[in-house]
Order: sequence, then structure tokens, then C-alpha cells
Amino acid sequence: MYLGEVIGTVVCERKYEGLQAKRFLVVQPVDHRRQPSGPPEVAVDTVSARRNDLVYLVGSREAALALDPWFVPVDSAIVGIVDSVDV
Amino acid sequence: MTLCRVLGTVTATAKHAAFAGRKLMVVQPIDERRQPIGASFIAVDHVCSAGRGDLVLVNREGNGVRQVLSDDSLPIRSLIVGIVDEVEV
Repeated sequence: MYLGEVIGTVVCERKYEGLQAKRFLVVQPVDHRRQPSGPPEVAVDTVSARRNDLVYLVGSREAALALDPWFVPVDSAIVGIVDSVDV
Repeated sequence: MTLCRVLGTVTATAKHAAFAGRKLMVVQPIDERRQPIGASFIAVDHVCSAGRGDLVLVNREGNGVRQVLSDDSLPIRSLIVGIVDEVEV
């Protein structure tokens, strides 16, 4: 899993049926100092995150497992809104 | 698996149910000389009670995590699976 900052939204009217009613957000992956750690990506939101929120995400196969239904083509999901990073 | 240094903790109130009651740590991947490599990431600590500054072994793959935590449906991908006492190369 990794940290990210929500920087925007993506709207897709036409999409795979298992992804109906899912929210897509644009996320900039960051490290613990909130420095970018890779290119921005699109993630499915499971926690009602908002723009500028610091969140944590899960990638690869496990991203789909965060969803219901879980047999969906997703490789990045927001699974928590971060209150604080204590380092 | 990845050799990492524990940098600290992450707290989150709003989170996916799979993360309820799980401790989240910020870990920094390091090389065999204990130099940082790449960006820090987040790992669940459920079996080791790791603390800040500890050198740990992190499994970064979901199947192993689901096996260790005995749940076939967990959306968790990184888990601290050992506290490292010594690395000899």
C-alpha cells in the first residue's frame, strides 16, 4: 500500500458494468513527506475521499478485492483517509 | 520480500472495513548496506509488533498476506512478516 494525495476526479459515463456507481479519483502517489513518488494515477474510491485529502491506496489485484463486486478490472483503490503520519 | 526500516505510523479513521483494528506503518525500503532505495510505502503490522527504527522484512504480495491473516478476501498487499536481527552479505 502507499500514500497519495487526491488531485482530481474522472467521470466515465460508459464503462464496464461491474464499475457502475464507482467513483474515480486522480491521485498523486506521495511518500511520507508528501513528495511525489511516481506519476499520477486513477483510483477507485471506497471511502468518500475528497480533493486534497491524503489517502492510502492498495494496488494490483488487491485493489479489486476492496470492491463489491470484486471481480472487476481495477488496479488501484483508495482504502483509507489519513488523519496523520507520525514519523 | 523487501528489507525495510520502520519510519513511523499512519492513523486513519475513515477506512475500508478490512483495515479495522490493523496497525499501519510507514516503511522505507533499504539495501543490504541499509541505504534507502525508492519511496516509502505503507505496510500492515499484525504479527510482529514492530516499532519505529526496526529493520523489518515486508511481504509485498497479496496472496501471502491473505494466507497469514487467514482471510481469502483481504485487499491488503504489504505485511510486515519479520523483525530482522542481522543481515550478512
